[in-house]
Amino acid sequence: MEERLHIADKHTENIVVEMQHVKKAFGSNEVLSDINMQLKKGENLVIMGRSGQGKSVAIKCIVGLLEQDEGGLKVFGKEVKDLSENELKALRVKVGFLFQSGALYDSMTVKENLEFPLTRVLKLKDAKEIDKHVHEALEGVGLVNAIDKIPADLSGGMRKRIGLARTLIMNPEIMLYDEPTTGLDPITSKEISMLIMNLQKKYQTSAIIITHDMACAKITADRILIMDGGKFIAEGSYEELENSPDELVSSFFK
Amino acid sequence: MLRKAWNKQAEEIGNQVFFISRFSHNVFRKGFEWNEFLRQCYIIGYRSFPLVAITGFILGFVMTLQSEPTMKDFGALSFVPGMVAVSIIREIGPVIISLICAGKIASSIGAELGSMKVAEQIDAMEVSGANPIQFLVVTRILACIIMVPLLTLMADGLAIFGGYVASNIGGNLSLSLYFNKAFSAVGFSDLLPAFIKTIFFGFAIGFVGCYRGYNSNRGAASVGLAANSAVVNASLWVIVIDAIAVQLTNIIVYT
Repeated sequence: MEERLHIADKHTENIVVEMQHVKKAFGSNEVLSDINMQLKKGENLVIMGRSGQGKSVAIKCIVGLLEQDEGGLKVFGKEVKDLSENELKALRVKVGFLFQSGALYDSMTVKENLEFPLTRVLKLKDAKEIDKHVHEALEGVGLVNAIDKIPADLSGGMRKRIGLARTLIMNPEIMLYDEPTTGLDPITSKEISMLIMNLQKKYQTSAIIITHDMACAKITADRILIMDGGKFIAEGSYEELENSPDELVSSFFK
Repeated sequence: MLRKAWNKQAEEIGNQVFFISRFSHNVFRKGFEWNEFLRQCYIIGYRSFPLVAITGFILGFVMTLQSEPTMKDFGALSFVPGMVAVSIIREIGPVIISLICAGKIASSIGAELGSMKVAEQIDAMEVSGANPIQFLVVTRILACIIMVPLLTLMADGLAIFGGYVASNIGGNLSLSLYFNKAFSAVGFSDLLPAFIKTIFFGFAIGFVGCYRGYNSNRGAASVGLAANSAVVNASLWVIVIDAIAVQLTNIIVYT
């Protein structure tokens, strides 16, 4: 009996994000109708689906940017809805979010963008230490030369990589990627996908990756979920879903 | 239909009150963003100065030119400097300069925060664990509260100087005589209520700009809408606050 309990504990320990019967509507428009999923530690989970199906809404609920109407959403075993302001802040430090556009702060240089979370959230004061972190993060994405540029001077791919560096500078345990390769050429897309894989190997981060890019999904996915009509309709590895008899599922892979 | 409109209006008022409470909650919080605050003071104050200075100078200039002929008919030409000074300091300066500031400052804050919202920069700030209200809203509103009264004071001074220039077009009046005449008509009870009212105007301009920008919808069109509604609402707030302030001043100071 004790052994069984121990196994159960270990099982829940390994789950970092859990959504159960999550529902979310905007006015009369129901976006998420019944979302159930689990993200395991160290796993890359890819979510695919047609545009406007609520994929971004689902991951925004995870970091408390949006609140679900119904259902349970636990991150690191804690219900996000019930967290206090400080607890939510602490959670957000552990969860990195890469926005579709990179979401760099326009009025700041790349260096200031990367310093922002270090000085405001981690409250670092030592200039040398901050510089070291900034250089390390930029080296990680291969853009040390862009340190003094402003976001307007960067290409789309560079912005995403700087956005990634700004998120990774906090060493998050979970990464949420909102269409990391959309709008990029195949070579840059592959570079970003490889970067995501390297991060997973290097830091053992768990990740949810929303993408329409099959090449990205093939490289990064340990498991794929397909969303349609506000719920997940299929789950499996890339190969399993590629050969799925379901027409909608297999149509993603054609 | 009427009920729906009323509900929407009530919701809007509720949201604004909530936004004010978030602002005031964050003003005294640890980690005040001094650098961003000074940067905003520079943008709001220094960069608005040319527009405000020209407006102020012309206000005094034109008022003098317009009132001189009538005053001359009454043989009261010597009252013109005092009359211009009192009307500029008590009413026209604060209101016109604040309306100009509403157009210049509220729109730029509305558009800037609106585009940050559209580009998900505000969400990114929030998700990183930083406090966007403290960094973006508190600094801008406080900068407005400080810079709008200062801009108004400078514009008042320039308006009186504009009056002097106008008087010298048709006549020959020394600077010291003109300023003596102007300031002997003005009392502390004229300046102080007007100054206090511009603090509220500054708050209204900063608050409305931030509120509209921060709560704009997604999409490029909403940035324009945020900037536009920021100007319209800030101007309306200025006029309404002015009506209340004048009434209060009359009760407190002049009765």
